[in-house]
Amino acid sequence: MAVKNYLSVLILIAVVVSIQLATKATDTSYYLTQLTMTGYYSLVIIGLCLVMGYAGQLSLGHAGFFAIGGYTSAVLTTYNLTTLLEQGNGLVRFLSDKGLLISTLDLYGEAVLYINPWPAAIIAVILTASIAFMIGIPVLKLKGHYLAMATLGFGIIIFRIALATEILGEADGISEIPGFTLFPGICVNGDFGNRVMNYYIAWVLVLIGVILLLNLIHSRVGRALRAIHGAEDAANAIGVNTAHYKLYTFVISAVFAAVAGIFLTHYNGGIGPSEAGIMKSVRYVAIVAIGGMASMWGALTMGVLLNFMSLRGMFGSYDDAVFGAIMIIIMLFAPNGLLNLSVWQKISKSAGKEKG
Amino acid sequence: MALLEIHKLNRRFGGLHAVNNVSFNLDQGMIKAVIGPNGAGKTTLFNLISGNLQANSGTVFFDKRPIHGLKPFQIARCGISRTYQNIKLFPGMTALENVMVGRHVQSKAGFLSGMLNLPSCWSEEKEIRTKSLELLELLDITEFADTEAQSLAFGQQRAVEFARALASEPKILLLDEPAAGLNIYETAEIARLITKIQNRGITVLLVEHDMSLVMDISDEIVVLSFGEKIAEGLPAAIQKNKEVIQIYLGDDDA
Repeated sequence: MAVKNYLSVLILIAVVVSIQLATKATDTSYYLTQLTMTGYYSLVIIGLCLVMGYAGQLSLGHAGFFAIGGYTSAVLTTYNLTTLLEQGNGLVRFLSDKGLLISTLDLYGEAVLYINPWPAAIIAVILTASIAFMIGIPVLKLKGHYLAMATLGFGIIIFRIALATEILGEADGISEIPGFTLFPGICVNGDFGNRVMNYYIAWVLVLIGVILLLNLIHSRVGRALRAIHGAEDAANAIGVNTAHYKLYTFVISAVFAAVAGIFLTHYNGGIGPSEAGIMKSVRYVAIVAIGGMASMWGALTMGVLLNFMSLRGMFGSYDDAVFGAIMIIIMLFAPNGLLNLSVWQKISKSAGKEKG
Repeated sequence: MALLEIHKLNRRFGGLHAVNNVSFNLDQGMIKAVIGPNGAGKTTLFNLISGNLQANSGTVFFDKRPIHGLKPFQIARCGISRTYQNIKLFPGMTALENVMVGRHVQSKAGFLSGMLNLPSCWSEEKEIRTKSLELLELLDITEFADTEAQSLAFGQQRAVEFARALASEPKILLLDEPAAGLNIYETAEIARLITKIQNRGITVLLVEHDMSLVMDISDEIVVLSFGEKIAEGLPAAIQKNKEVIQIYLGDDDA
């Protein structure tokens, strides 16, 4: 990875820290809640940016992967296993023996037994990756509109499953999800006292994601992905296993979405079917597009800005309409993203000349 | 010894028999040209060898191993690389990056080591870069290393494509009309280059329209007409072959 990218990472760290300090100084730390959620959504967006901008494949199903991660973790960490253990269920006994269960008392003083969030999260990630793998094999053979429609279909299926399945809470979703203790003393939850810590947990995760993806983009694999994007047959003829590369990229970005889903679910203490909705997927695609497709930093900047505004309710009831409109406007007037508009490039070029 | 053995290869497009029972061998170290009028099936033949198209029947053996039915990337890994009649460079990438993709089969860093930027990647990445720069130098396009490949002049783009194909260190190089769209000086340059490639021990199979180029550099020539092989032999013999003259210049009695 080039020096320039490490510099960008340092700038990101500085921005993250100064925003937190700014909210403290101005006594507006309630913004941190939305900034934390924005962080998790950004994780989905940078993962999608890899698939769309670098490998050149479109996915309108990423809210589905987010939801699979979130819901799996939610179910596993809220499903009471007490009766099953009393019945002598072998699997539950095994989990209990391995110390993978947590027993507490519920609101009414009844003993309850849950799966520890760590194994739950690992299962959720593995499940999402496997589904992405199995969906990806047939779907990634498609191109253009057909790929978009197939991934859209996948997203709709996941949304309807979330809405119709009793164990997933149907339209209400799942609530009262316990916090996720990453390490002793470091816990992902929505407690007000933990707000600053959770802001940093989210953004450290984003930072790790950004570093991993930047490394990948600037590696042999990243070059091959850009080659696939540009001229798939030629990439194949020079020895790139294009089908595998597209599939692995798809799975990696699905895992990013799943991790975001898991963390945000524990942070919010709940998850509902709206997270799996098609408009969420459209929003992710719109943000990657406005950021300039093949620009990790553009997607990240635009993702933070728009998600934050949306979560603060600045778009009111027109939330989804705003993202739909953004998509149309970007496609018409700035297909290379807002930051790549010729106006900006002219400004930065002339600024560069003055300096030089 | 035959490095590439093509045996009774057939490919039909609907009613058109584009490649009809074509067989020939390509010996190690030679330059062999496939010529023929437009629509003779030359490019189809190339696509069959490189795996971009599947044959209806027939076999292709490379180094005694069957390669028909393999995917293009598998054939590339065996050691066959190609260029295209209408240059196919990777857009949005510099000339150097295009050539670096050519090193794909000669390197192995995967997704995990790429994401973690493991030390093993560093030396490999360095080697990819050095080897690619060497090829740019060989082709005299070092000054364009950091220029976006698709913004280069036609001849330079062709050179980048050559470098990319050579970067995989192929045993056989398939050149699809390397002189198409070039002027006589550039064509002469390409001829020198192809000989240079041969001197590196690389076997060359080329499809070409430009007779001067073909006659100058080829060790052997295969002539196709309407999908069928009508002649094969040394350039001098082909020049005198009645049937070949007929298909190129027309029939006297006509």
